Amino acid sequence: MSSRLINWFKFSSPATFYPLARKISVASAVIAVVLIAVGLYMSFFVAPTDYKQGEGYRIIFVHVPASWMSMFIYLVMAAWAAMGLVFNTRLSAMMAQALAPTGAMFAFISLWTGSFWGKPMWGTWWVWDARITSELILLFLYLGYMALRAAIDDPRRGDRASAILLLVGVVNIPIIYYSVQWWNTLHQGSTIKMNAETTMDETMLITMLIMTLGFWAYSIAVAMARVRTVILERERTASWVRELGLAGS
Amino acid sequence: MKARHKRLGIIVVGLAALGLAAFLVLNALEGNLSYFFSPTEVAEGKAPADHIFRLGGLVEQGSVTRDAGSLTVKFVVTDMAQSVNVAYSGILPDLFAEGQGVIAQGRMGPDNVFIAEEVLAKHDETYMPPEVADALEKSGKMGERHPGSKPL
Repeated sequence: MSSRLINWFKFSSPATFYPLARKISVASAVIAVVLIAVGLYMSFFVAPTDYKQGEGYRIIFVHVPASWMSMFIYLVMAAWAAMGLVFNTRLSAMMAQALAPTGAMFAFISLWTGSFWGKPMWGTWWVWDARITSELILLFLYLGYMALRAAIDDPRRGDRASAILLLVGVVNIPIIYYSVQWWNTLHQGSTIKMNAETTMDETMLITMLIMTLGFWAYSIAVAMARVRTVILERERTASWVRELGLAGS
Repeated sequence: MKARHKRLGIIVVGLAALGLAAFLVLNALEGNLSYFFSPTEVAEGKAPADHIFRLGGLVEQGSVTRDAGSLTVKFVVTDMAQSVNVAYSGILPDLFAEGQGVIAQGRMGPDNVFIAEEVLAKHDETYMPPEVADALEKSGKMGERHPGSKPL
């Protein structure tokens, strides 16, 4: 163990991670503001009009990155949950807890913008097709996770119970991703494919990727800020927290 | 064997079992999860004859006719192999056009005309500026741009 270059277990201690989280949060917040500002400008003024959907397609620049984030954040939370169960590290469960509201928000934005996009293009606000229904289930998984962990008074037991819920829910992620390939759905297929050429104009694609990176940075910034408050709350009896002299305790 | 190896083992086995269960369920559900039936499936009698279902396909070129003095539109939905006649009274979505994907909800009427109660437009995953679309149209390469994707 001592021959390793960096001892990663050092950062699994809330006390060492607390100051690091602040640095990561501030840096990510700056990157997020810049990327999202550039991305939104490009979304509205640089990206060309679509040949079929006109200007209305521009909602894709929020819709697709938000949907990606909602799936990716879930996978990250599940990975933290697995790590927490295996190594019994306290910080793992806190990271999952800190990510959950952001993931739920992106799942909601994905459904919301999809609804706004669906009305003018498809002619309906909502349909129960496989893609849309599985994304709704993802939102319910986030809400269920948050409700479950809040319902159990002992935080360590809450961690374990909600970690198992997170791991079971992972099954839903490939279902969302492949739903448009496996079944006939109203939702169109993926524009960015793993095994074929991307069917999107290059400027549109770059804009979408900038927005995605911006959402990534935003998620990191918010999760790191939130994990700091989670650490303070859950470690409030630890001597290093008392020495911070917060809350007049 | 350390305790954490044991826990890791339980998680890996648990996830594998869960994945297998999900795979079996999805496999069993396969046909039932489809949002719509294609004209070929309708021709093969897979669509229900006596209650509502959804029909999906492309609007055949040159098949759209409107009744004078009413909102009724008649068109043909095709999947390039089979086709179904559709009648619909109501407001169509903006993207509705000949050659465009649509999903109609309704039931088969007498004389094999599908009476739609709702028509939704389905678009594909291609996005490009109109100039590029025009250029591709002129050079006849529109269909070749995304060979991997289905027409619907």
